[in-house]
Amino acid sequence: MSNRVAFRVEGLTKTYTTGAISVQALRGIDLQLYEGELVVLLGPSGSGKSTLLNILGALDGPSTGHVFFREHELTGMNDAALTAFRREHVGFVFQFYNLVPSLTARENVALVTEISKRPMQPEEALERVGLGTRLNHFPAELSGGEQQRVAIARAIAKRPEVLLCDEPTGALDSATGVTVLEALYEANRDLGTITALITHNVAIRRMAHRIIRLADGQVVAVEENADRMQPSGIEW
Amino acid sequence: MRALDRKLLRDLRRLWAQCLAIALVLGCGVMVLVLATGVERSLRLTRDAYYDRARFAEVFATATRAPKELLPAIARIPDVALAEARVSMNVVIDLPGMEKPAQARVLSLPAAGAPLLNRPTVRLGRLPDPARADEVAVSENFAEANGLTPGKSFVAILNGQKRELRIAGLVLSPEFVYLIGPGALMPDDRHYGVIWMNEEPAAAVAGLTGAFNDLGLRLARGASEPAVIAALDRLLAPYGGTGAYGRDRQVSDTFLRGELDQLGAMAVILPPIFLIVSAFLVNMVLSRLILLERPVIGLLKAMGFTGREIAAHYLKLSIGMGIGGVLLGWVMGWWLGAQMTQLYTEFYRFPYLIYAPGTASFAISGLMGLGAVILGAFRAVRSSARLRPAVAMLPPTPPLYRRGWIDAAAEGLRLRQTTMMILRSITRWPGRAAVTVLGVAAAIAVLVACFFTFDSIAAVVDEAFTRTNRQQVTLHLARDVPAAVKDAAAHLPGVIRVEGAFGLPVRLTSGWRSALTQVEARDSGDVLVRVLDESGHAAAMPPEGLVLPESLATKLGVAPGDSVTMSLLAPPRESFEVPVSRVMRQSLGEMAYVSAPALFRLMRQAPQVNRLNLLVDTAELPSLYAAAKAAPAVDGVLLWTDIRSQFDATINENLTRTVVVYAILGVLITVGVIYNAARIQLSERSYELASLRVLGFTRVEVGYVLVGELMLLTLFAIPPGFLGGYGFSALISAGFSTDVIRIPLVISRRTYAIAGLIAFVAAFVAALLVRRRLDRVNLATALKQRE
Ligand SMILES: Nc1ncnc2c1ncn2[C@@H]1O[C@H](COP(=O)(O)OP(=O)(O)OP(=O)(O)O)[C@@H](O)[C@H]1O
Ligand SMILES: [Mg+2]
Repeated sequence: MSNRVAFRVEGLTKTYTTGAISVQALRGIDLQLYEGELVVLLGPSGSGKSTLLNILGALDGPSTGHVFFREHELTGMNDAALTAFRREHVGFVFQFYNLVPSLTARENVALVTEISKRPMQPEEALERVGLGTRLNHFPAELSGGEQQRVAIARAIAKRPEVLLCDEPTGALDSATGVTVLEALYEANRDLGTITALITHNVAIRRMAHRIIRLADGQVVAVEENADRMQPSGIEW
Repeated sequence: MRALDRKLLRDLRRLWAQCLAIALVLGCGVMVLVLATGVERSLRLTRDAYYDRARFAEVFATATRAPKELLPAIARIPDVALAEARVSMNVVIDLPGMEKPAQARVLSLPAAGAPLLNRPTVRLGRLPDPARADEVAVSENFAEANGLTPGKSFVAILNGQKRELRIAGLVLSPEFVYLIGPGALMPDDRHYGVIWMNEEPAAAVAGLTGAFNDLGLRLARGASEPAVIAALDRLLAPYGGTGAYGRDRQVSDTFLRGELDQLGAMAVILPPIFLIVSAFLVNMVLSRLILLERPVIGLLKAMGFTGREIAAHYLKLSIGMGIGGVLLGWVMGWWLGAQMTQLYTEFYRFPYLIYAPGTASFAISGLMGLGAVILGAFRAVRSSARLRPAVAMLPPTPPLYRRGWIDAAAEGLRLRQTTMMILRSITRWPGRAAVTVLGVAAAIAVLVACFFTFDSIAAVVDEAFTRTNRQQVTLHLARDVPAAVKDAAAHLPGVIRVEGAFGLPVRLTSGWRSALTQVEARDSGDVLVRVLDESGHAAAMPPEGLVLPESLATKLGVAPGDSVTMSLLAPPRESFEVPVSRVMRQSLGEMAYVSAPALFRLMRQAPQVNRLNLLVDTAELPSLYAAAKAAPAVDGVLLWTDIRSQFDATINENLTRTVVVYAILGVLITVGVIYNAARIQLSERSYELASLRVLGFTRVEVGYVLVGELMLLTLFAIPPGFLGGYGFSALISAGFSTDVIRIPLVISRRTYAIAGLIAFVAAFVAALLVRRRLDRVNLATALKQRE
């Protein structure tokens, strides 16, 4: 982890309007993420965590405010540039694994490596998450935890600079969750991937460099984690 | 292979049943196009090649007796390349064991050998030896139907004398590709044939030595046919010429042309309907597929795939379905085309057959087929490219339902909750329901149009055999005779009633429009052969003026009250200005009618007849035939029950084949639409339906939600389907009517009922097929994830 700023977020707001009702999901967020760090985002349901992560990953745009990645301002980019940003720099891991059901584990990873510049071999990525022996299994033939690890392998296979994870262990039990977290931990440690991880599980905060707490669309606290733990030490 | 392409192949495999359903419908459109254009092109090429090789004449004329010395003058008419004269006469043939006498047309062969025009192609044996007076060649169809082979003999009654003729060979001629006797509605190979005889004996029998009564011309390239015909008419007029005509009035060629026109119309009318339906189907399947794929699309976007790449992916998927359909259509079209072309040789006799469907029909149908799926996919693919990547992050959200007037009404009716689910599903996605309804409606329209042909033919039959021609026997007389012959005919064995008929060739002219036709004189007291009004009821002959069939009136651009010039093409060859008194309905042929006293007053002649229509005691038919064979004045006998049964047999056989093909297409569309709708429904609602099962609903109750909705939509499809079927039938009636037969637009209730029933049953079976999958749904997994 360094002190160089990777993401800079200024005065970010997001309002969803459905018919007559409008919901303010984010109400003025100012935030910085550093190169190589692993942050955990905590907060009650509906506090805007997913919304923030989507905007960081250029899946969605803010209503007002600015997002900078290194020297580029994401908020000023058009759709094609945002697509290219995601393609080159960002990996996602979702709560609902989101694998393509008609592709095997290896092929799900290959889907990404085929369109990136300096990817790992799909086999290597799956090896890293401990699935080197399950290359040719379809998602339906894998357990939830295994599916999630395939999703992580898919996310890290292109050696992204940013890894954004929305409740990656939300649907998993403790032991399975730990193997998933280990995969993320190692990717951050070995590849220096900036990792942002949303969770409802406060125990997980112990593997982070920093913890950012959201409530009601605002950042309410940012804590440094002095005694980081390996995921293997975490239990819930 | 790229992972995305691998996904494509797997998706195609996973959706194979749905892909097949689409491919079948698309294949039908492609097939119809390849079939119709292929058969049409093959027949046309065959005809053109044959006409050219056999030197089929371009202008035809007849006379009563023209001296051979006239021929050089005819050959000198500008633009005439070749003129050949011959002797032609009708004879009765007495074949052993045949009760009803057969009729034949005798044509002379030039003394020098084979003719220059209308060359017969020898199929078996050889042409008659010019040195042997009793040798003849016989048209192949007649010979085959009667078991005649070279070397055998038969008896013909030539001008009242029995002559034994020896068969030298069997031949085909470009003049008789479609061989049909005078006054007949259908070919009757057993009772009508053509005989080629050496000139000397033929002329001697006909009393035409040194003369001719039949003529064929071939013209120079770029010649004006009307000018040649006018010049020829002037030359032949003194010798009893009845008006020369081109191939457009030649009987065999007219039938052949009509057939080709119908095939051409089929190629234009039918394929678009199937292609539009398949475009609908592709649209339906793809847009729902894409809806189900939303998370995957979001995911691909999140990974950085561009909208264009994603659109290309789904476009490839639809093209994959399209290619399957096109290939299927090509193969079926090629094969069925070959079968159909072969089938035509039963009626159209060519010495050889060129089956060449042509690359154009394949290229066009392929492009149209793929175009249909791409068009169908377009909207869905575009929305996939526009989908926001953030949807991948969202957990699946339940669709938003709203309460509307239907709910209020349904509550009033106290419907069950499962019924409410059906109604809500329809009102929640009206566009989707509309696509299903339209698809099934198209199928019903195809079915209505398909069975409509039976109604229409039944109307023609009813008109021709029940309302118009109520005589049992028609005797064709060799020449015009005074009407008093009726009294003599009344004494023939078994005859109950005799009515005379008189027909002569005329040219009708109105302004710049003119038509060659036959005018028939009718006595006002006639009850056997009647004239019908527009609504098909017997109409009294007006005392003055012409009665024209609708088609002829349209051709001439006249209405009752107008007048036309009627030029008689037989003696006394005068022209009269005649009023049109009424327009009538007539599906077969194009004759004009006039009251007999009025015609003979104009002609300043005593009434004459050249046909006798008889009502007879059928028990006495054999003796009537015997008497007819012996009477030199009679050169042909038509038995109407024969004509009718031939007509029925031919039409039924042909029509049944065609109707079966199209009924299958209609069923395929219904099954394709409903099966796809049901499969999509199932994958979208498996969660919901599985939940019902978990709640304790039985399989039947859950199946009801699925099948009930589809059957309700099928019911909705019936009214627009009937409407579409009417429109489609109108197109067919207009497109398929020819000079020979007009297809009346009549659709019976039975047709509507059958079409609706078939579609309903097909839809029900398709829905049940899918419902069976409900039984296989694993409740636990269905509740956890979606297909
Ligand atoms: N597409 C949307 N349309 C309307 N409102 C939305 C949409 N997405 C999110 N919201 C609203 O924005 C607010 C923040 O949502 P968000 O998904 O960011 O919360 P979250 O912190 O991730 O919650 P959870 O922990 O439950 O996932 C919520 O009130 C939610 O209802
Ligand atoms: Mg969330």
